[in-house]
Amino acid sequence: MTELLVGTKKGLFVLKGKVGGPFEVTSRAFAGEPVEFATRDPRTGRTYACVTSAFYGPKVFYTDDLAGEWEQADGLELPEDAEKPLERLWTVVPAEDDGHLYAGGAPGVLFESRDGGATWELNKAFWEQPTRPEWSPGAGGMCMHSIATWPGDPSRIALAISAVGVWLSDDAGETWRHGNKGMYPRYIPEEAREDTITLCVHNMHRAPEQPERLFMQFHGGVYRSDDAGESWVSIADGLPSDFGFPMVLDPDDPDSAYVIPLVADLDRTTPEGRVRVYETRDAGASWIERGDGLPSDNAYLTILRQAFCGEGSGPKMGLYFGATSGDVFGSGDAGKSWFTAATKLPPVHSVRVA
Amino acid sequence: MAIVRLRAPLSELAGGHRELELDGATVGEVLRALERQHPDVKGWILDERGLIREHINVFVNRDYGREDTAVGAQDRLHVLPAISGG
Repeated sequence: MTELLVGTKKGLFVLKGKVGGPFEVTSRAFAGEPVEFATRDPRTGRTYACVTSAFYGPKVFYTDDLAGEWEQADGLELPEDAEKPLERLWTVVPAEDDGHLYAGGAPGVLFESRDGGATWELNKAFWEQPTRPEWSPGAGGMCMHSIATWPGDPSRIALAISAVGVWLSDDAGETWRHGNKGMYPRYIPEEAREDTITLCVHNMHRAPEQPERLFMQFHGGVYRSDDAGESWVSIADGLPSDFGFPMVLDPDDPDSAYVIPLVADLDRTTPEGRVRVYETRDAGASWIERGDGLPSDNAYLTILRQAFCGEGSGPKMGLYFGATSGDVFGSGDAGKSWFTAATKLPPVHSVRVA
Repeated sequence: MAIVRLRAPLSELAGGHRELELDGATVGEVLRALERQHPDVKGWILDERGLIREHINVFVNRDYGREDTAVGAQDRLHVLPAISGG
């Protein structure tokens, strides 16, 4: 059985089922509230949910029992002299040392917890970046959505923000530097591209078995880095579009990546009304279309950045994604075939295997 | 003392109280007193800057109030979600 945490515009849904589907809704939390993201820490079994009430502001809640009560985490706030309050929380990521977690949010902020997510502190070094006044948000706000730790080395972290590019630290977040070489922002005039920091990264993941390698879905571009995020090369040739949001890697194959292309920034739907996942197993040299079992006619879906996840690795790797249509799809054979896990949910913001 | 009226989920965070009597000369002071008495409310009505959240309305009797709106004894503060969302 697989359990999915599905964050939606109207609450968190826990789905349970087997490959082949359909999945059952086994519980729902935060009814009516937007749940941007939910994930379970595999080290502890604790589940975290980023909930952004339109009225009461962004919060992180956690529970050790999905059928039980949720606790509100403390400390997820900006300094009192901030120009604006904390806007949204986009991700929670287990760090490399026990009890340590990261949370990313808008406006381009990083929080850390040392007690399993009960209390959090703002990473001051990142908050006080001198270029911060020049930072620009993407359409979804200035969201820190990707936090890539380095397996076995807590000192090395890579962050990505829409639209402030990639940031790297080699000292556990004490200092930060850009990792932006090679990105090609079509939305910036050519003469301004080289120096711009307005780089709209949509998603970024590190290959755990080869940690100096990262893959990125950009706002018009798909990239790979082989030098720990210092520089990037395009790997978009062979895709029907280089625009999209989510990305998944097979954790045991550093040459693998999956993306779900959308038409373009001005038409954020699946191309030609067909839902297709694209897979590379040669580090982006070529892409394989995967769509057996996915909607192929009149299906104009939007899949958001946190709404795609993997389970396990290899030929039996599970893949799950949800769309703003409220549909959730799954695969139990690394994308070769697909099934419908759920329909008619509220617009899906995030999907993670529990 | 002002009378603060809350609805769920704020009343649940305030220990189940839908109505409380609290000291304060302004809306901001009364809401800070609410946070001191019921710390779980912190961050839900006032943001980290001490400002009323954008989509929360605080009425003093029948008028919209802001953080610095004066509050007198027996004034009623109604804390309500704004007409927004989707």
